[in-house]
Amino acid sequence: MKALNVENVSMIFTVPGGDPVHALKDVSLRMEPGELVSVLGPSGCGKTTLLNIIAGFLAPTSGRITLEGKADSTASVVDKPVADVVRGPGAERGMVFQQGALFEWMTVEKNVSFGPRMARKPKGEIKATVDHLLETVGLQDFSKKPVYQLSGGMQQRVALARCLANDPEVILMDEPLGALDALTREKMQGLVLQLWEETGKTIILITHSVEEALFLGERLIVMAPRPGRIEKEYRLPFAKRGLKESPREIKASPDFIEKREEILSMIWEMEEEIMGQAEG
Amino acid sequence: MSEQKQPSKLAIWLGVRDNSFTRQKTVKFGDASAVNSGRAYGIVTVAFLIFLWWLATSQGWVKPIFWPSLDEVFTRLGKLLDEGFRNVALWDHVSISVYRVLSGVFYGALIGIPLGFAMGLSSVAKGVFDPVVEFIRPIPPLALIPLIILWFGIDEFAKIFLLFLASLFIMTIAARAGVSSVRVSKVHAAYSLGASKLQVLLRVILPNALPEIFTGLRTSMGVCWGTVVAAELVAADKGVGSMIMIAKNFLNTDIVVIGIVIIGLIGFAIEIFMRYLERKLIPWRGKG
Repeated sequence: MKALNVENVSMIFTVPGGDPVHALKDVSLRMEPGELVSVLGPSGCGKTTLLNIIAGFLAPTSGRITLEGKADSTASVVDKPVADVVRGPGAERGMVFQQGALFEWMTVEKNVSFGPRMARKPKGEIKATVDHLLETVGLQDFSKKPVYQLSGGMQQRVALARCLANDPEVILMDEPLGALDALTREKMQGLVLQLWEETGKTIILITHSVEEALFLGERLIVMAPRPGRIEKEYRLPFAKRGLKESPREIKASPDFIEKREEILSMIWEMEEEIMGQAEG
Repeated sequence: MSEQKQPSKLAIWLGVRDNSFTRQKTVKFGDASAVNSGRAYGIVTVAFLIFLWWLATSQGWVKPIFWPSLDEVFTRLGKLLDEGFRNVALWDHVSISVYRVLSGVFYGALIGIPLGFAMGLSSVAKGVFDPVVEFIRPIPPLALIPLIILWFGIDEFAKIFLLFLASLFIMTIAARAGVSSVRVSKVHAAYSLGASKLQVLLRVILPNALPEIFTGLRTSMGVCWGTVVAAELVAADKGVGSMIMIAKNFLNTDIVVIGIVIIGLIGFAIEIFMRYLERKLIPWRGKG
């Protein structure tokens, strides 16, 4: 497992004919192996930009992303940790998108096995991985179905399984549950926690939902806009508790509600500040 | 709620009664899905037209030279099927036209799809071919006939070349549109799963473009079918178009009418067949 470093990342978008937009200013962050980090912030705070930079879809204006440490499989002769600088998308950073990123011309099975097939892994190994993952996400009976016949929640299960099938070092989730209805969303939050526990993967999850960020983040990072920056960081017990206790009870507990209100009012303030700036 | 009698399956199929779902709607005017098939009226219309044909010719309202009687047409059709037209079987006239269309569309797709892909994926290819494609696109293929006759004469190659040109630009534009319709998140997902550029092209961009390519093929078929008939009118000794043109010279209106009906039926059959293929081959169309 590797640690992920975001080192002094700034991002300035220059739109032709417009003023440059400071989407991210000097953002630094270190994620230890196996951490579950949620990122929260009002729209325009640069959280999706940050994720796209980590994924390697965008090159930062300054700063860099590194993956540090030895890979699990290949034992290095040198014992010193090695830092790889991210220069583009790669299989060691898996991505789960909001929706519509599945390949609708493939069955559930073919979607999940996409990564291993592209890497030309042996057929038997691919089948074992896919069968295991489909069972984990509860879709073993749907493996031969085309993905467009599945409900939104089931499609996101496929997206999670597809990402895990590639055995990435870090999983990046860009509002993976954002398009789901409230009930499905709660169920899927449980699944995310369960997968995190079973695989021990490092996960970054971006969300709009304060409740989701609190419940799923072992660490919660609140970002502020204009320029996009890290405003505050919390260490939270709820994700660990969510593995054992009922999510409803956790979300109804006083300490959860207290934190929720604190963060909500912080975000409200940011929003009002933006509105004030826009009017003034 | 009052108990309503369930309409019979036949009445629903004929489109004279609402099906059980449409019956529950109160807003029907403006809701296109609440418009029934109206098959019954279609059948009545066709029967009426045939009756009118029979009436007009048997009463001598129109001269046979302008419009033949049903009798004449069927007698002539029997003869054409037996003896052919100008020593060529009727079936051969039809199949040579269909063959020309299929060849034209095939070569058009063969060159047009890679060209459209290149234009959608590379700025160099886009820059080089865009002016050419945009310039030739609005020119009706028929306007190219004189030039093609000058270059290639009137043999088989000239006709297929004309049809190739007609389908080339349709296919190029369809393939280009297919490439641009790829949602970036799918491409990103593929790269994040470790796919190479070639794998992204073959496993993501190509299947994603298939629905658009298929629409292009359907349009191509339609345009080429219209073009082949017109091209045969100008210069050919075989094919449905040439058949009606030669028949006209001999004032064989019955053959002209038969030819026109065949052209209509085959155009229709091509469209139905392409829709069938599309449903079979690209069931994911519009579901991304």
